[in-house]
Formats: sequence, structure tokens, C-alpha cells
Amino acid sequence: MTAQVITVTSGKGGVGKTTAVANLAVALASNGSRVVCIDGDIGLRNLDVILGLENRIVYDIVDVIEGRCRLKQAMIKDKRLPNLHLIPAAQTRDKNAVSASDMTRLTKDLRAECDFILIDSPAGIERGFKNAIAPADRVLVVTNPEVSAVRDADRVIGILEAEDKGPGALIINRLNPSLVRRQEMLSADDVLDLLAIELIGIVPEDEGVLIGSNRGAPVALDPKSKAGEAFRNIARRLKGEEVPFLDLESGSSLWERIQKLAGRR
Amino acid sequence: MSFLDKLFGKKNSADSAKERLQLVLIHDRTDLTPAELESLRDDLIATVSRHVEIDVTAMQFGMEHDGRTQRLVADIPIKSAARRRASSSRKPKAR
Repeated sequence: MTAQVITVTSGKGGVGKTTAVANLAVALASNGSRVVCIDGDIGLRNLDVILGLENRIVYDIVDVIEGRCRLKQAMIKDKRLPNLHLIPAAQTRDKNAVSASDMTRLTKDLRAECDFILIDSPAGIERGFKNAIAPADRVLVVTNPEVSAVRDADRVIGILEAEDKGPGALIINRLNPSLVRRQEMLSADDVLDLLAIELIGIVPEDEGVLIGSNRGAPVALDPKSKAGEAFRNIARRLKGEEVPFLDLESGSSLWERIQKLAGRR
Repeated sequence: MSFLDKLFGKKNSADSAKERLQLVLIHDRTDLTPAELESLRDDLIATVSRHVEIDVTAMQFGMEHDGRTQRLVADIPIKSAARRRASSSRKPKAR
């Protein structure tokens, strides 16, 4: 079996690409898949800290490309999940150290060894982004229910279509259900209506995500977290399972339910 | 959103966000600015008017989207021939 290459991108920075990659990697690996994640953000590496692997880096992706080490030597094994590996980005180089064909060659060598290769794309639509999508079989576009993130996601989807990468599948991240109920935040339906692509997950805003990042333990490892559950569901969908979407937008508190019954919302 | 805001017809911010994004995305996707769209509209009116007499005031013109495909939709009412004859008793000059 050969691995599927999945690139996670967004256009706008700060919407949760790296968090999404870390959580999907952890969720897929906990389900028994062999996963390699690649940090494509050369010069601004972060996937290592989010996964809690920053102290174990010896070689990085540019060392592999420039022949200073073998591919295996740059793959850091996660001690919690032995079938999860990270290839970190170089911190002291820039995007020009890597080309689209380097990325394609690298993933080609990895495909036989694992089930999923997850690439964390840098923000923007320049070279680093182009490198990250070059080897992708599938692209996940992360956005927030917020005007600038949705607009940038639309630009990225347009570029993906122009480059024959398919429209991509959408992750709506950091949805705040109570703001949506008060109609002060775009709902998942609004965002889908605007972007008109396939939805693969809705992740609620959850302080556990920040706490997990602080500790280097992605929230998908926490069985009680709602955001963790949302990421685990996306991982199952990536494996081809049909999983219903979490019901986030209906009122949860008693008062909100009463108001709903009274027709106030 | 407070009851008073609703009473005075103030829109929810989610609705404003959606409406503004709808317009912005059309311009982003088609690479047409509102000014260019306006000039396209004027050209269209001029061209159609050379062949038939149209009712510009009742005309509808704008972008619509169907999934990720943008559509330029123009609905141009044509003044009926009978009304045209009645309003202009003189015969139009032959060209």
C-alpha cells in the first residue's frame, strides 16, 4: 500500500494549520496508521513544538534535500506513538532552500513506508505554499468563521483549482457556538455557502487546544476534549469512514434552550 | 445583539459579514472591480439599445454565483413595439 499525501493549508496565517496537522497526525497514528508529518514552513518551524518533539531534532528537511543525512535520520519518532514521525523544517534557512520537485521526490521515497504523509504548509500563496501542495494527493483548507480567513481561503481554493489539485476539503476551525447562536459569528453553513467546497470537519473553539500546545501534547490525545473529538472525527473521515458532524450550534445551556423555545433566537 | 438593536433594524454582524464576503468574493474570483462592472453595464446598455429600445430603469444587472462558478446575469426588459409606435409618431430615420 502506498501512502496518501495530504497538505494542510489556509492562505491566512494563524488560523490553526499547524495545530490541525499535529492533531490529525496524532489521531491517525492512535488509530494504527503509520504517519509522517513534514513541516513545510522553512525558517518558521513550529510543528516540532506543537508535537512536543523540539528537543530531539538533529537533522531537518533541508539536510535531507542537500544530502547531509539520510531521510531516516531526519525522521523523529514520537515516543507516545511509535508509528508517528516528524520531519522538521530548517529554522535558519528560507523557502528557497526547497523546491517543488524536492518535495515530490521526498514524499515519493516515503510513500512506501507509511499510510499518511501530512504536510504543514506555510501561510501565504508564495513559494513555500507551492512547494507544500506540489506532492499533495489531497489538500485540506483550514479557515476560521471570520471575514479575512474566509476570503484568503477562497483565494487558496481558486489557486488549487487552477493548479489541478482539486478544490480541497474544508476544515472550519475555532467556531464559537455561542457567538453563532447569537448571530455574531458566521455559521458553518454560511462559510460553506460562501466557499462552496466539501466540508471535512468543524472544530469548536476550545481552550484545551492552547493548553495542549503549551504542553506539546495535541488535544486529540485528550478523550474528553470537544476539539479533540472533532479532530479525531476528521482523521476517521480521512480514512474513508462516514462520521456525522458534531452538533455544535444548538443551544446547550438551559437558558438558551428556553430562549429558543420562546422564539427569541 | 440586543432587543433594542433588533427593534431599530440593526443587522446581526454575522449577516453583515456574509453579505460583505459575498460581494468581495465575486470581485476576487472574477478580477472585476465595481467600476469595471459599471462600465460593462453601460457598454451592454449602449449595444442592446442600438437594436431594440429597452427599459433601463427596470433593468437588472449583476453577478450571481452557482457553487464556485460566477455568472453575469442581465435581465433587460424590452419596450413593446406597439408602445414604441405610440410614443413616437414619426417614423425612425432609415440608416
